[in-house]
Amino acid sequence: MTSFHINGRLVIVDAEDDAPLLWVIRDAIGLTGTKFGCGIGMCGACTVHVGGRPTRSCVTPLVSVAGAEITTIEGLEGKHPLQTAWADHQVPQCGYCQSGQIMQAASLIRDFPAPTDEDIDAVMAGNLCRCMAYVRIRNAIKQAAAQARKVAADE
Amino acid sequence: MFKKLLVATVAVGCLGVAGFGTLAWQPAMAPIAPPATASFAPELVAKGEALAGGGYCAACHTRKGGERFAGGYAMETPFGAIFSTNITPDPETGIGNWSEAAFARAMQKGVSRDGSHLLPVFSYDHFTKLSDDDVRALYAYFMTRTPVHATRRPNGIPFPFNIRYLQAGWKLLFFRPGRFEPDVTRSAEWNRGAYLAQGLSHCGACHTPRNLLGAEKFGNAYGGAVIDNWVAPPLTAGNAAPTPWTHDELYDYLRTGASKLHGTAAGPMFPVVQGLRALPDSDIRALATYFAELDKAAERLPYVSGAVSLAMSSTLAKEGAPIDPDARLYITACASCHYNATNAPLATRPDLSLNSAVHLADPSNLIQVILRGIGTEEGMPGVVMPAFGDALSDSDVARIAAYLRRTRTDLPPWPDLAVKIAAIRRQYEAAK
Repeated sequence: MTSFHINGRLVIVDAEDDAPLLWVIRDAIGLTGTKFGCGIGMCGACTVHVGGRPTRSCVTPLVSVAGAEITTIEGLEGKHPLQTAWADHQVPQCGYCQSGQIMQAASLIRDFPAPTDEDIDAVMAGNLCRCMAYVRIRNAIKQAAAQARKVAADE
Repeated sequence: MFKKLLVATVAVGCLGVAGFGTLAWQPAMAPIAPPATASFAPELVAKGEALAGGGYCAACHTRKGGERFAGGYAMETPFGAIFSTNITPDPETGIGNWSEAAFARAMQKGVSRDGSHLLPVFSYDHFTKLSDDDVRALYAYFMTRTPVHATRRPNGIPFPFNIRYLQAGWKLLFFRPGRFEPDVTRSAEWNRGAYLAQGLSHCGACHTPRNLLGAEKFGNAYGGAVIDNWVAPPLTAGNAAPTPWTHDELYDYLRTGASKLHGTAAGPMFPVVQGLRALPDSDIRALATYFAELDKAAERLPYVSGAVSLAMSSTLAKEGAPIDPDARLYITACASCHYNATNAPLATRPDLSLNSAVHLADPSNLIQVILRGIGTEEGMPGVVMPAFGDALSDSDVARIAAYLRRTRTDLPPWPDLAVKIAAIRRQYEAAK
């Protein structure tokens, strides 16, 4: 039995210690916004936040998140500045990688409030998009970062 | 003439054996009825609890998934597997019928209640420095735990190392019993740190290399050693990290499990940090003071910011080399978390150009962490590093390790990467 919080809700999961967190999130908990891509931590589709940090859930064993605070794309509730920017820029094409892209980008703009192209390339290079929406992803990230900076300045 | 010589030799030999026997012989101490919990003052028990944390007794005296302090944890030594003992107050299988004097003798002289010599995997060579008051508090703590009936697993030590009597010879050669002697020329804080490091927290048990008979080399205290495919790095000025372990870095590392410029406490170091949580801040500061002086951090302090810039510049300059397939692998698997934009690395983005594991002469710690990842409890609280053991092949791990060594340090490449990765892979698979 492993327990942790997901999107603020306490869950207790009965699964093998080395079960990938992704399977637990999708199959046991039923939150399917997080996607399975490569299964080896190389494409970023399965990215969730563990303790606020972006984490590839497909290679994270269940036992290692005992007691953690996990946030998935559902936890952003469609209200994150990135999600607004995503809609504004019509970023998704097929959409499969988007939840991972957004979770990764959310930490990017928190760590680097005014990200350069170099920062975006370095941090987002592990999130693949087979539709090649990279240009729109980059523009949306810059818009969301500017929005977040404005909110921070107003507060 | 020859006959006389023979007789004399035999006589001297017998005397020697008799003398050694007298020296080696320790009486059994009478068993007692387990003392009632109420017979120990609560303050004494609380003090003992903090000390048991600082000595992280549970790390060795608890097996995976087992009852706390009930023993059974396997320690692989060059002499064979040794299983830790049950130190709950169960009268049959634990220390329930041990008097305080018997407990103190075990801690300070390495002798069991029945008079047999304890093996030095139990760090009595460090615990001998503990004050009588602290030993009393530890006794009070352990005797007030819930007794657990757990029969001891026999050790896998072959003849002749399993003859307990011979341990007396080992003690004669390597054991210096005696309480901690403060150094009056140093501050009280330094002395407290020294007491904890040399005694209770027995740092040298892992960080000091051992000789062929398993004793710590007195002349190379804290010189660094390899245990169980993990490196306990040197705690001296010989530590290879690009920036010195300053008081603040040591404090952060020991208190929180992570330091910004060196990395996180993982593997066998994690239970240490976990145990140290029971000690007050002042004790952690004392440890930091002791080790910062030992590694001569102050002398290197003026160069810290320069060292950080220099180390980070290698990251910044070399990251953008997408033609290099090793760089691409690193960027895809690692950079999303480990990239830093400026010369001021973020604590939440452990920078590998500064990280100890990349700079050690032995790649084991880096390989371990790539394969196993880091759980929420380990290292930085609440965050994890995924386990790439099932995701990356041995050759991928080798490429990433070699790439980091090549681009993040100016040290020679690791010559034995493939061998080390294979060994650690076996250990990783066996632990599943």
